[in-house]
Amino acid sequence: MELLAFGDTGWGDELFYATLMTIAVSITAMFIGFLFALIFTPLKLSKNKFLNFIANSYTTIIRGVPELLVIYLFFFGGTGAVMYVASIFGYNEYIEINAFITGAFAIGIISGAYSTEVFRGAIQSIDKGQFEAANVLGLNKFGKFFRIILPQTLRLAIPNLSNVWQITLKDTSLISVTGLVEIMRQSYIAAGSTRDPLFFYSFAAVLYLLLTFASMKLINRLEVKYSRGY
Amino acid sequence: MDLDLMINSFPKLLSAAVITLKLLSVSLIIGLFIGLFFSILRLNKNLFINRFAYGYSYIFRGTPLLVQIFIIYFGLGQIEYLRSTVLWVILKEPYWCAIIAFALNTGAYTSEILRSAFQTIKPGIIEAGKSLGISNKVIFYKIQIPIAIRQSLPAYGNEIILMMKGTSLASTVTIMDLTGVAKYIISTTFKPIEVFIVAGGIYLFMTFIIHNVIKFLEKKYSFN
Repeated sequence: MELLAFGDTGWGDELFYATLMTIAVSITAMFIGFLFALIFTPLKLSKNKFLNFIANSYTTIIRGVPELLVIYLFFFGGTGAVMYVASIFGYNEYIEINAFITGAFAIGIISGAYSTEVFRGAIQSIDKGQFEAANVLGLNKFGKFFRIILPQTLRLAIPNLSNVWQITLKDTSLISVTGLVEIMRQSYIAAGSTRDPLFFYSFAAVLYLLLTFASMKLINRLEVKYSRGY
Repeated sequence: MDLDLMINSFPKLLSAAVITLKLLSVSLIIGLFIGLFFSILRLNKNLFINRFAYGYSYIFRGTPLLVQIFIIYFGLGQIEYLRSTVLWVILKEPYWCAIIAFALNTGAYTSEILRSAFQTIKPGIIEAGKSLGISNKVIFYKIQIPIAIRQSLPAYGNEIILMMKGTSLASTVTIMDLTGVAKYIISTTFKPIEVFIVAGGIYLFMTFIIHNVIKFLEKKYSFN
C-alpha cells in the first residue's frame, strides 16, 4: 500500500493523473472517431460507387491492420507529414507534435472505422417507412435527419457504440509506446523504478477494469434513456 | 516514395509474417480449448462455477491485451517460487509468455462466443435427441457441439482477425513478428509510410484469406 501513497513517497498521485490522461485520450479519440464516422457513413451509404470505394477502403484497411502499426505510422510519420504540409505554406521550422495529439488522432482513426460500421448498420436497419413518412409529412432534409432518423439511429447504435468505446479505451494502452504518460506508461515507469512489475501491472489491470465497469454503467443509463417508448 | 526500400523490406517482412502466423495459430488452438472449457462452465447451474467462468471472461475482456502480456512477461518472473519450478522454462521465454497471454485472451472471447451459441440452440433439437433415446453425453458431443460451432463461425471469424491484430503486441516483448520488424525498419530508415504500406498490405492479405476461409466454411456447414 505504501507504493500507492500520494505525494513523493508513492505512486498514487502519478497513477491517478495517468488515469485521468487515459480518460482524456479515450474521450478525445472517440470524438475524433465520431467526426470520421460523420464523414464516412454517408459515403458508405451513398449510391456513388467511387465514394463507396473510398469509405470501404478506409474501414477495411483500418480494421485489417494492427492498431500498433497504425500508431507507429503516426508516431514516426506524423511530424514529417505536418512539416510537409507546413512547408507548402512556407513554414520550414521543425514542428513537434505532442504525444497526446498523435495518440488521440491514431486511436481516433481506428475508432472511427468501427463507429462508421456501427452507424451504417443502424441507419440501414431503420424501417424505410420512417423515411417515407417523414417525406409525406413534408419535413425538410434537416428536420428529417435530426427529428426522425438520428434519434432512431442513436437508439440502435448505442449498444454497439458501447463496444466501440470499450475497444477505444483499451486501445489507448498502446499509445504508451509513444511515451504519453497514461496508465500503462506510468505503470511501466513505476515498475521500472521499484522493480515491482507484478504489482503495478496488476494495479493497471484493476484501473482498466474499473474504467470499463464504470463506463458500462453509464452507457446502460443512456441506453434506457434512448429506448423510451420501446 | 522509396520503391527500393519497399522491395528490399518485403522479404524481411514476409519472413516475419511467418512468426505472426505461428503465434496466431498456436494461441488460437490453445484458446479454443480454453474457450470451450469455460463456455461449458458458464452453462453450469452451480452458481460458484458459473461466477468463476464469468469472472475469468470479464477480467480478460475488460483489460487491454498489453497489460495481460506485461503481467505475464514482466510480472510473473518476479515471483521467486515460480523461478524454481519447471514452469520457469516456459515463462522465461518471451515467445511462450506472449502465447499464454494471447491464448488466455482469445479463450475469454471464445468462451463468450460459444456460450451464446450453445444458448441459441433450439431446445426442440435437444428434446428430439432425448426422445430418440440418445444419452446426454452423445447429445452434447454429436448434436450440441456441431451446431454451436456452426452458429459461432461468423463471430469466431471476427475473433481470429482481432487476434491476428493482437499478435502485433508480441513486438513489445522483444519478439520480432511482422510489426516488430516493421517498427525496426521504420526506426532505422525513418520511412514510415513505405514500410506501413508493405507491412499493412501483408496484414490485409492475411485478413482477406481468413475472411474467405470462414465464409467458405459457413457456406459448407450451413443448414440449408
